Amino acid sequence: MKHITSQLLFITGVLLGFLSLHSLMFSWRNVTDREVNRQVPQHIHTVIPGEHREAAANLSQSTRILCWILTGPKYLQSRTKHIKETWARRCDKVLYMSSVKTDFPTVGLDVDEGRENLYWKTIRAFQYIHQNHLDEAEWFLKADDDTFVVVENLRHVLSKYDPEKPLYLGRRFRPFVQQGYMSGGAGYVLSKEAVKRFVRGFKSGECTHFSDIEDMALGKCMETMKVDPADSRDLKGRQTFHPFPPDYYVVRQPPRPRPWFLIYEYYTPTEGPECCSDFIVSFHYIYAVQQYTLEYFTYHLRPYGYKYRYNPDSQTKNNAPS
Amino acid sequence: MLAEGSSFMKGMLLGGLFCLVLSLLGSFSPSFESNTTEDHHHHHHVKAASKDELKRLTDTQMDELSQQVRVYCVIMVQPKVLVYWATAKDTWSKHCDQAVFYTSESSKALDAVNLSEKDDWTRLRKALKHAYDNAGELRWFFLARPTTFAIIENLKYLILTKDPSEPFYIGHAMKSGELDYVEYESGIVLSYEALKRLVHVFQDEDKCPERGRALWKLSEEKQLAICLKFTGVFAENGEDSQGKGLFNSKSVESLISDSLSNNPTNVVEGCCSDMAVTFSGMSPNQMQVMMFGVYRLRPYGHDFHDSLIFHPPEGSDND
Repeated sequence: MKHITSQLLFITGVLLGFLSLHSLMFSWRNVTDREVNRQVPQHIHTVIPGEHREAAANLSQSTRILCWILTGPKYLQSRTKHIKETWARRCDKVLYMSSVKTDFPTVGLDVDEGRENLYWKTIRAFQYIHQNHLDEAEWFLKADDDTFVVVENLRHVLSKYDPEKPLYLGRRFRPFVQQGYMSGGAGYVLSKEAVKRFVRGFKSGECTHFSDIEDMALGKCMETMKVDPADSRDLKGRQTFHPFPPDYYVVRQPPRPRPWFLIYEYYTPTEGPECCSDFIVSFHYIYAVQQYTLEYFTYHLRPYGYKYRYNPDSQTKNNAPS
Repeated sequence: MLAEGSSFMKGMLLGGLFCLVLSLLGSFSPSFESNTTEDHHHHHHVKAASKDELKRLTDTQMDELSQQVRVYCVIMVQPKVLVYWATAKDTWSKHCDQAVFYTSESSKALDAVNLSEKDDWTRLRKALKHAYDNAGELRWFFLARPTTFAIIENLKYLILTKDPSEPFYIGHAMKSGELDYVEYESGIVLSYEALKRLVHVFQDEDKCPERGRALWKLSEEKQLAICLKFTGVFAENGEDSQGKGLFNSKSVESLISDSLSNNPTNVVEGCCSDMAVTFSGMSPNQMQVMMFGVYRLRPYGHDFHDSLIFHPPEGSDND
């Protein structure tokens, strides 16, 4: 009996000794493997509170932005879908305004499609927002289905303005309206008070559909209702909203008279690298592939360790307004 | 009782010993990587260091690495690509620690080292020899044509913890039959040791003939790979921690377009690395836009805590 027991114990011992050493070696190996082959998430993006991060976080409470995109059934798949996949996600609320209600989802505005109906669509859109969503945001952005927007940068521009005041911002144009008006394609933003006044203006008859030209006509209504245009440029006087794609502005040019696409400018434009802020708010005529390309440049591709020249929060003389 | 205990102990010892012997023979334990898998790899890979690896380095080590990782750019130009030459000079090359343009013939418009040589391969040899002789303290070399756009900071990130006194030949690794070579259009990275060996083998007319392999004209990129191979230096694919290639011979738009077809639900993720080093196939104007896109355009409030700082170059206004 004892003999069998000790044999059994021996065999158990062999197995146990084998397995315990095996698992010991296995875990040791795993530790060294992990150190060498560590997989790191690609977008190494810390949320350690620095100046910028805290500033940005504080903003999102009282600077909610409702984005509404002017679109139509023809462009939902070819354009609007890509906006939905990219920048629209960063708005606090997004609405897609069309002539027809769909599961995209789009709001049906009871207006026909077509260039001549753009202002009608805009009027109905703001009325719809005023009726149903006014309390959901402080600022109301209108964009086209071929506009690209960097929402964080819009927030940054708006941070120094009070949404309870009647204000509107965008790419300011000079002609037709005394105080100027904001380019439609580049996108424009109305404060909550401005939306209220816009809707009130149509109710009272102070504002009418006197023209098809949506951005200019809205600008006229803003002037009538005493909504002030505000300056959207950065600390160095560089533009943030753009009615054309980046290559129109950023490419170096020899000194020349104003090209056609800069004729309407309210503020004196600069061509070449100093045209535009680092913190771009928008570009226009941006179609599917370019939406993702700009998304990649803005949010993904970056030069490792690069100390950017423009740091608006640091008090250096480099950032004095021009 | 004791006898049983000792049986057990003897058993354990034997079991443990048995396991050790087997693992040393290497054929049993799955926890030990088989050495033969390396040989079956399609290419060798060079990956950037992880954030944690970098965190473990001291400040002094970081300073040393900043010095070590400085790059000498060898940019091969010709008057017929004058606009690209001017664009490269005005954009990405400003971020090289030393950017030297080597031309086939002189141009009145722009300055460069005139190699006075029409043959592409011979000219490349001369340029590389010149770079080696004039490297000074620089230990890394980036070879490109002006049609390529490079983000030198990301190149430095890739080679940060690699020792330049070891042979490195990195870029977009391609295969042609038995030959692994680095694609020229997406940029070629050489460590000091690799260049040193290359310059020495240039003197061997059998292994590395000056006028190229006589029967048919092999491209410079393949000639380069053959010569390097003779010195024991092999092409390696430069990739990020997720295995995405960092060296691209296409433009961002082109790659995004491909991604839109192949992964429509994850277009940007499926496209390109955040730490990409090169793109190519863009017009000069697009390269200027790229300069803006890389060095300026960003969302307010997003901060990165990188282990190294690279300062903007002096006298430049587009970055």
